[in-house]
Amino acid sequence: MDKALITQLGDELYEALVKRETVTPLSERHPDITIEDAYQIQQQMIARRLAAGERVVGKKIGVTSKVVMNMLNVHQPDFGWLLDGMVYNEGEAIPASTLIQPKAEGEIAFLMKKDLMGPGLTAADIVAATEGVMACFEIVDSRIKDWKIKIQDTVADNASCGVLVLGDRIVDPRKVDLATCGMVLEKNGEIVATGAGAAALGHPCNAMAWLANTLGRLGIGLKAGDIVLSGSLAALIPVTAGDSLRVSIGGIGGCSVRFS
Amino acid sequence: MKLDQATIARLAEHLETCELEARDTPKITDEFPDMDWEDAYAIQDTIRARKLARGTRIVGLKAGLTSYAKMKQMGVDTPCFGFITDYGSVPDGGEVKVSELIHPKIEPEIAFVMKRALKGPGCHIGAVLAATDFVIPGMEIIDSRYRDFKFDLKSVIADNTSSARFVIGGQPLPVSEVDLRTVGIVMEKNGEPVAFGAGAAVLGHPAAAIAMLANHLGARGEEIPAGALILSGGITEAVAVAPGDSITLRVQGMGSVSVRFK
Repeated sequence: MDKALITQLGDELYEALVKRETVTPLSERHPDITIEDAYQIQQQMIARRLAAGERVVGKKIGVTSKVVMNMLNVHQPDFGWLLDGMVYNEGEAIPASTLIQPKAEGEIAFLMKKDLMGPGLTAADIVAATEGVMACFEIVDSRIKDWKIKIQDTVADNASCGVLVLGDRIVDPRKVDLATCGMVLEKNGEIVATGAGAAALGHPCNAMAWLANTLGRLGIGLKAGDIVLSGSLAALIPVTAGDSLRVSIGGIGGCSVRFS
Repeated sequence: MKLDQATIARLAEHLETCELEARDTPKITDEFPDMDWEDAYAIQDTIRARKLARGTRIVGLKAGLTSYAKMKQMGVDTPCFGFITDYGSVPDGGEVKVSELIHPKIEPEIAFVMKRALKGPGCHIGAVLAATDFVIPGMEIIDSRYRDFKFDLKSVIADNTSSARFVIGGQPLPVSEVDLRTVGIVMEKNGEPVAFGAGAAVLGHPAAAIAMLANHLGARGEEIPAGALILSGGITEAVAVAPGDSITLRVQGMGSVSVRFK
């Protein structure tokens, strides 16, 4: 893809985000689009948000579960950027009208205490550089019509990131088994999904190491103070105005979110 | 009761023979569409009596169909219950011979060992926790005797809720040391994680399955005896297994338990 087309598609996705509209899948219009092209489009979309006054607060990892990998027919995760405008605090209501076709994911969020630069990092480096882990909701949303995404579409669209909510406690990663910690997701009081940490690439720290190493090869580091969402631990739950959800993660804590 | 004693005895003999000879059969409600819940449990009780008469020991009980999704799918609002036997017990790290079974599947569970008897009605999660000695990771190897797993709930109950083998192991914990709602499980097949879940997948809390079992038995004038081992129900979908497979269950704070299939 040439630079002009990349800029044009990044702008198009940014406009769709601002206007709460969807676009037809990029992969349908440009069947030869590569994952590298898609990351460059993502950069343009993020550049527009930064130019509009937002700032980077962290990163997210997507496509970390077998189910989603099989759905997209890719066998590697992807990543996107978290911006301050995406962050809601627990207890705040998220106006559903600010999103297009939102779905909720229960995840483990990492708060970094040290800068980390890959490649060559292992899960142990991640634990050593982490201030704490928190239960969190990522509310994913797609600017692509009807969520008809291939891997290139979701990458270009900032890994389908919408907004996020961090939970009620922060726990030292040395004090919890992140592979076996259980996740219970309730929607309007009914249990809709359960899972465990290992659903994210076998261990959330594996997903984190993948991210740090992948970013490192691009010359980007994780920064002290970054929030990193390590990947969904169960199925995505569609949400709408009036819904109230809670996620509880064994040994870590909980997080609530509601939509107005 | 819709079935007479002779029919119940015949169906019990048929289903138990299928179990012992590892062969499948069409579901029994094809032949007896009018049979009721009492008939189904009467057939299960007759199978149990046949085993006891042969010297088999009943080592515990099990709950089946414990997820809301499955119950909704089957159109019922309580789980179903069965018993587990001494010959069904496999040691941690031990081997199950697939040739002795029809089409086994395995599911991850939390097992309870009771320190006191529990009798319903009116049994609740608090009563269960107070009467529990410890909980321990467990896996149940289920093996419906029905062809291609095509069955309805009454057929399953008569077939002792597909009970076949079970394994427990890992770190036992008193219930005060674990949040059974959020306790996480990871089941690995040949080293690859294949199923993930948390205790709440079983009726919101695994102890709720034990309370329902006590209430079910209470309605029949029976109780959960002290010392009973109870499998509280699958936390995820059952996973099919074949000879050569090795399965490990890891439970948060409770270690792991393994079984191999030969």
